[in-house]
Amino acid sequence: MRSGKLNRSAAGNGLLFALMGVCGVFMALPLVMIVNNALKPLDEIFQYPPRVFVRYPTLENFADLFVLLSGSWTPFSRYILNTVIITGGGVLGHVALASLAAYPLSRMDFPGRKLLFSMVVLSLMFSWTVTQIPNYLIVSALRINNTYLALILPACAYGMGLYLMKQFMEQLPASLLESARLDGAGELRIYWSIIMPNVKPAWLTLAIFQFQSLWGNTGYLFLRDEQLKPLQYAMQQIAAGGAQRAGASAAVGMIIAAIPITFFLCAQSRILETMTTSGMKD
Amino acid sequence: MQLSPGKIAPALRPPTLLNRMWKSRAAYAMLAPYFILFTLFTIAPVLMAMGVSLTYFDALNWPRFVGWANYLKLFLEDELFLKAFRNTMLLAMVTGPASYLLCLLFAWIINEFRGWIRALLTLVFYAPSICGQAYLIWNIILTGDRYGLLNGVLMRLSVISEPRLWMQTERFVMPMLIVVQLWLSLGTGFLAFVAGLQTIDGSLYEAAAIDGVKNRWQELWFVTLPAMRPQLMFGAVMQITQSFAIADVSLQLAGNPSVNYAGSTIVTHLLDYGGIRFEMGYASAIATTLFLLMIGSNKLVQRVLRRIGE
Repeated sequence: MRSGKLNRSAAGNGLLFALMGVCGVFMALPLVMIVNNALKPLDEIFQYPPRVFVRYPTLENFADLFVLLSGSWTPFSRYILNTVIITGGGVLGHVALASLAAYPLSRMDFPGRKLLFSMVVLSLMFSWTVTQIPNYLIVSALRINNTYLALILPACAYGMGLYLMKQFMEQLPASLLESARLDGAGELRIYWSIIMPNVKPAWLTLAIFQFQSLWGNTGYLFLRDEQLKPLQYAMQQIAAGGAQRAGASAAVGMIIAAIPITFFLCAQSRILETMTTSGMKD
Repeated sequence: MQLSPGKIAPALRPPTLLNRMWKSRAAYAMLAPYFILFTLFTIAPVLMAMGVSLTYFDALNWPRFVGWANYLKLFLEDELFLKAFRNTMLLAMVTGPASYLLCLLFAWIINEFRGWIRALLTLVFYAPSICGQAYLIWNIILTGDRYGLLNGVLMRLSVISEPRLWMQTERFVMPMLIVVQLWLSLGTGFLAFVAGLQTIDGSLYEAAAIDGVKNRWQELWFVTLPAMRPQLMFGAVMQITQSFAIADVSLQLAGNPSVNYAGSTIVTHLLDYGGIRFEMGYASAIATTLFLLMIGSNKLVQRVLRRIGE
């Protein structure tokens, strides 16, 4: 509790914390089930009456999953490599391009600045489903269909990252830039040696958000070759395998959930620092 | 601003647009890589969708101009679209505002805590939105036979006497989708609220207390909300956009097609025509309608929120 907080009544505290408790249980229960299901032996998964908590935890579901994946026609390691290339390329490209564009948008004055930024804000107001069909046509026209680039290039230009990075750069103190400009440093140099070291929390935030959006992508629309498909796709195939694969698919569910949560956990305070500047000022 | 010596314009004439653009060439060079891709994968597709929506296009032959025909068919003849439209509006009207208020409420309560409790609570509420396909666990909760968790609990409590087919019964589909969507929906907007509340200057509260603010509710209304208006606007965009785009949850939990189309939404209808029937012109008309709905609601809500604390 924050010390010396004003205007707090015990009744109000009790009411709000009770509400928080109930809702917290509702929010956490499915996640708890995911973990427990992954640790349940097969007979407990199909037990009646159903139980949330595992009685005799085991790792056999993960062993099953491993056997299934290593028995698949395309080696398991290939799916991991594909995921690393796609998420790695999409994350690095996005952080690099978005921060390079965010600097002039936040710190320089030039014709068209407002227009460009308002288009980025507008892009936050609709979802990718709107542009899916033309996107497919454009990817085909560029002849990058069925390559990693079909997923990486569009990801580099997502609106959210540029928006957050620009807002974050805007709050850096003006004095930081002025002395460098007086010294006659070029804009690219200012960007690289003054701005970039000061926006590390925003890099990390962009990277994590971008990872979250690419991690769930199965690439079903653009990737035809089995050799190019990401881990998410392989795991989804296993999860769709029905009752005899219920154990392995429970393990899949846990892996899919655990990785983004782990990343978020490691970066939580940096992300919140970035989000303090996320507000829209008209 | 860096000025090269000897090139300063005559004192009284304001620099022309071209002049100013030439001086800003460094800025444009830095913007170019991002905005070329942004144009290619965001701006151009929106314009193309609008253009293609006025044609008949099967993705094989060159599109044939048909004027408003797709839109007329959409709103006058396609009853499944009208159903999807109503479902989408219902989902958006319920989950949009509800998730927005929940984001705000939970962030506000979380702000009373510190240290690891605060970090843990933030994680628990935020985690469902980043777990990708993790919502499939609801398939197990909502299973229609006695093995389903919800059925099991309700039967033990004698609320129901026999298992309910939650996702195969028309009247349960929408309420269940709303519950799952709310569970999923505390995303980026929620984080913005948690972060925004952290930064409100403590002296504002002290000043307000002297001015006669007596309890936490007044404090919320008169101090906290006006101080975090920028975050409130950002959060609104996140929640609105998300609430109109609901599709995967419906496809995975209610099936495709869902029973009597009870769970169909504009996006599932779009996927049906674009991804399965390859009627790209018609699908683009659906996409354009969705685009206008999303932008329109966002602009409307922004207008309302701008008035907070004024």
